[in-house]
Amino acid sequence: MADPRAHDRLIAALGAELAPVRRLRPPWLRTLGWLAVVAAIAVILLDRYGSAPMLARWAGAPDLGWAGLGAGLTAIAAAWAAFALAVPGRRTTWAWLPLAPALLWIGASGLGCLREWVAPATHVASAHEAGDCVFFIIGFSLPLSALLIALLRRACPLRPVLTAVLVGLASAAASASLLEICHAFDAAATDLLMHALAVAVVVALNAALGGRLLSAHVRRAA
Amino acid sequence: MQGLTATGTLVLDDRSSPWASVESTVPAEPASDTPERRRAAWMAAAQAGDRRAYERVLADSVALIRAVARRQGVAHDQLDDVVQETLLTVHRVRHTYDPTRSYDAWLAALASRRAIDGMRRSGRQAHREVGDERAVALHPDEQDASAESERAQQARRLRAAIDELPPGQREAVEQLGLKELSLNEAAARTGRSTGALKVNLHRALKALRGRIHGDD
Repeated sequence: MADPRAHDRLIAALGAELAPVRRLRPPWLRTLGWLAVVAAIAVILLDRYGSAPMLARWAGAPDLGWAGLGAGLTAIAAAWAAFALAVPGRRTTWAWLPLAPALLWIGASGLGCLREWVAPATHVASAHEAGDCVFFIIGFSLPLSALLIALLRRACPLRPVLTAVLVGLASAAASASLLEICHAFDAAATDLLMHALAVAVVVALNAALGGRLLSAHVRRAA
Repeated sequence: MQGLTATGTLVLDDRSSPWASVESTVPAEPASDTPERRRAAWMAAAQAGDRRAYERVLADSVALIRAVARRQGVAHDQLDDVVQETLLTVHRVRHTYDPTRSYDAWLAALASRRAIDGMRRSGRQAHREVGDERAVALHPDEQDASAESERAQQARRLRAAIDELPPGQREAVEQLGLKELSLNEAAARTGRSTGALKVNLHRALKALRGRIHGDD
């Protein structure tokens, strides 16, 4: 049993150390900050590739557009859920937020594979080209994940691994929607498989590394 | 809910007398003054640097933390440790509290996490203690060791434990405990605030206590 006055002494010591703090901004605002970076990348890609080929693909095969929209919404929902979960006292049910958009993303991508014809301005990717998609998704996901983790470390994610999984999902989904801008391949089983592989790698990497980074941060907060 | 009631009264009073609106601001205060709202207001003030409000909200939090820790199944003799760990966590992450939301829910989440950490740690310690008891029982020289060498061994163990502390905590123990400097001297020498030194010393002593008791 500790000395009953120990609490008073600690409280006095903490009081002596008190300095004004800048309050954490609400999760939706912090989500917008991260999305601004994603949007800036999208602007650069649109500037380089133009929006016409993407719009032509979507007009010809709406399932590609729905998949892209699903990926974008998944990124927004997963990032928002991660920022909300990083605030102590918020409900764990936030983690379900990206479920519906993720179903749209996966469902629309899967439906695209069932089409008999090839969407306009595209061709079915060769194994080599599908490999490029993996590099694109992983390559963009890593800095986006790193940014999210850095932002989340200012908060206090009490469920670090779950938060890191959401970070992985958010950055992989954001990269997949960015890929949509310059993706000249039609939905096909090989391409879809490669995308799924890339997303799985990003989520797993985040769960392992990001989870560790965030839990070390939470432990240090003690 | 109480805020709504107060506003309702205010509107009714407003119709009966022009002075009522002025008067009704006074009873509106205590109506919003439930213990939880009071804590939320104190914490909001603490975020802005109000020390008195901060010490009040921390003192008020002790009972809540104990209740959460008890619910989590923390042993009676570990409750105070969880309280202290949680108070330190509150200090480190006080910027994450949003005054428009419940202070108690925020605190309970931190306390619950620290309670789980504490139980895991004491579980690990219990595991180590079993191993060490066996080691002591198997050690033939244990009974013959003179009090002198035992003390020397304890001192070595303590020194080794101090060496393993994080730099800030080690520094606090060395300056305040071993060199017996005053808080102000140690603060001048290390360039840290006296508050930081106190907190570091507190954490270090707790860590050392855990380690030495775990080793015995």
